[in-house]
Amino acid sequence: MSTEIKAFSATGNQMVAEAMRQAEPDVMAAYPITPQTTIVESFAKFVADGRVHTEYVTVESEHSALSACVGASAAGARVATATASQGLALMWEELHITAGMRLPIVMANANRALAAPINIHCDHSDIMGARDTGWIIMFAETAQEAYDNTVVSFKVAEDARVQLPVLTTLDGFTTSHAMERCEMEDDDTVRAFVGDYVAAHPLLDTDNPVGCGSYALGDCYMKTHLACRRANTGALSVIEEYGKAWEAICGRPFNVVDTWGTEDADYVVVVLGSAAGNARHIARELCAQGRRVGVVRPKVFRPFPAAAVAAACKTAKAVAVMDRSDSIGAAHGPLGAEVISALHEAGLTMPVKNYIFGLGGQDLTNELMTSIFDTLEDVAAGTASPALSYLGFEE
Amino acid sequence: MANIKELSRRPECLAAGHRLCGGCGASICVRQVLMGVPDDVYPIVGSATGCLEVSTTIAPYNSWKVPFIHNAFENAAATMSGVEAAFKGLRRAGKIPADKKMKFIAFGGDGGTYDIGLQSLSGAMERGHDIVYVCYDNGAYMNTGIQRSSATPKGAWATTSEVGVAQQGKPQVRKDLASIIAAHGVPYVAQSTVGHWKDLVAKAEKAIAVDGPAFINVMAPCPRGWRIGSDETLDICRLAVNTKFWPLFEVENGVWKLTPVKEKNLRPLEDFLRPQGRFKHLFRSGNEALLDEMKADVAAYWAYLEGRVEGSKGL
Repeated sequence: MSTEIKAFSATGNQMVAEAMRQAEPDVMAAYPITPQTTIVESFAKFVADGRVHTEYVTVESEHSALSACVGASAAGARVATATASQGLALMWEELHITAGMRLPIVMANANRALAAPINIHCDHSDIMGARDTGWIIMFAETAQEAYDNTVVSFKVAEDARVQLPVLTTLDGFTTSHAMERCEMEDDDTVRAFVGDYVAAHPLLDTDNPVGCGSYALGDCYMKTHLACRRANTGALSVIEEYGKAWEAICGRPFNVVDTWGTEDADYVVVVLGSAAGNARHIARELCAQGRRVGVVRPKVFRPFPAAAVAAACKTAKAVAVMDRSDSIGAAHGPLGAEVISALHEAGLTMPVKNYIFGLGGQDLTNELMTSIFDTLEDVAAGTASPALSYLGFEE
Repeated sequence: MANIKELSRRPECLAAGHRLCGGCGASICVRQVLMGVPDDVYPIVGSATGCLEVSTTIAPYNSWKVPFIHNAFENAAATMSGVEAAFKGLRRAGKIPADKKMKFIAFGGDGGTYDIGLQSLSGAMERGHDIVYVCYDNGAYMNTGIQRSSATPKGAWATTSEVGVAQQGKPQVRKDLASIIAAHGVPYVAQSTVGHWKDLVAKAEKAIAVDGPAFINVMAPCPRGWRIGSDETLDICRLAVNTKFWPLFEVENGVWKLTPVKEKNLRPLEDFLRPQGRFKHLFRSGNEALLDEMKADVAAYWAYLEGRVEGSKGL
């Protein structure tokens, strides 16, 4: 644990850039996009100032950014990048390839809406497009957590038990650009924690030539996917292991599922990322009024910590799941479907209300947040309510 | 340049037994280009999705005796940018010895290079990576079944530029990719064919020796797509050059050099077109004007190249 804590104010993007500087990737290939831009700008300055040995590749698109990262990671380098929104969407093909080739790239995503209509503000439409690709996905609530998650991401991605890429995400503007009180560990501490990356079968090992990105048919293809699924699912305990190790160093709690007031809650809200702060604020007020409400925030979305989420909901008479993106045509949003599946697996049968909220940066007001808890009481009392509603636009 | 005896002793980078068709220009292109790698340099090879990649890497088999990477269709240049960046980053970190020499060589077909991969290629050339990008140009999307690309010659039949009462093959002229890459100001750009081994190996040696980006456009016939016999690959390349359809040229640090066609070797364009099934409709009555147009295009491109040679003299 640090003997002296030096607090300072910083944005989430600054904190991600600092974590990446401290992990010191051999290669970063990146392309600017709002609201990720200040990450790649900060890193470019680190390169110009000679503070990192990183080869910085200023590519001509996000597709090439991740393509170059794939080449670099296969070559044996530690690799990091960052993107958002349309950029992540343009990378979609490469997201699958990165995970399929088991390349431990760490990528930050400043979560932002997808066009059309074009919108630069926060929601999770971009990142949810990556949910089935094989990447590990973490959501930070704060700038501090964006830093901590990014440090831990390198350790998790490069671990021999995992060997998968990690998306370390923070909410666009809300977390990427807002100033917060932050702490960071010194460079030596982070470097000692993250360690040196030694690739098992690097392309640049000319004594032992390897072929990467082969054509695979039938059982080879199926086996590759199965191995990927097992590595991703198994990564949950590795994230916990390294999260706790990092917690021991920095003194800041690291839980794959963050909970507030859930021990005896009658009504529970499940939400990802920065909106958890809004939910907890209202939950505190309601608890002060004698109501028993709680908030569950999965920090890790892939692999989904289903058992921990269900356990945190077990006392609830009704659960609300707040999705900051939609899965149009499906009965539920991406998080809603996960939570309902987790509750079902745990044998929990309380009613679940799914909300779509905050798309394109739409404000989540105290009134709207309060209305969710009120509706949960009504739903538990037997009042009919649609399974999914657009918060503030539908009942 | 090494003589043919010496070249024959160079190690083979691509093993026999791959699954490319008999007479395929792609594997000939790979072997000739990789003969241009000096003994003290380790080649690291990448390929775009295409015939070359699917036929040489069917898991669990692999025909490459050197490190090989395939990523996707449109991004061989971006992928190799990353591989080369890793080499630089790891060397700076002291993880690769400072005196170890590697060369990063990417192969892509014309679909993966002229069309879907053009942006990625342009980016890599502009950034100045130490990459040799080789386009094995067979003038169509052969892997998916002979669809037209921007490299398909005017008048050629392809399955998406059909021949019928309303259309006689591809209406548009080929994109001049070599000039586009030359316009990036890279140190070395060349055009050759797999039927001119001496020319191609010499150009590969130059491209590999360059410190920085180089590009070679190589005519690599596809017997299946061109509707020729699998024993005609090299002959048709010589006809392409001797009819001036496919000029051999290079651009070294901005200076253009065009290989002239000797008077005694000069042949009419028909000699290149007639053996190929993809051009057979050109010889039907009613298509005389189209044939004349193609001849005029060939003459105009040759004149353009002469202009580039003249204009870059003394640079």
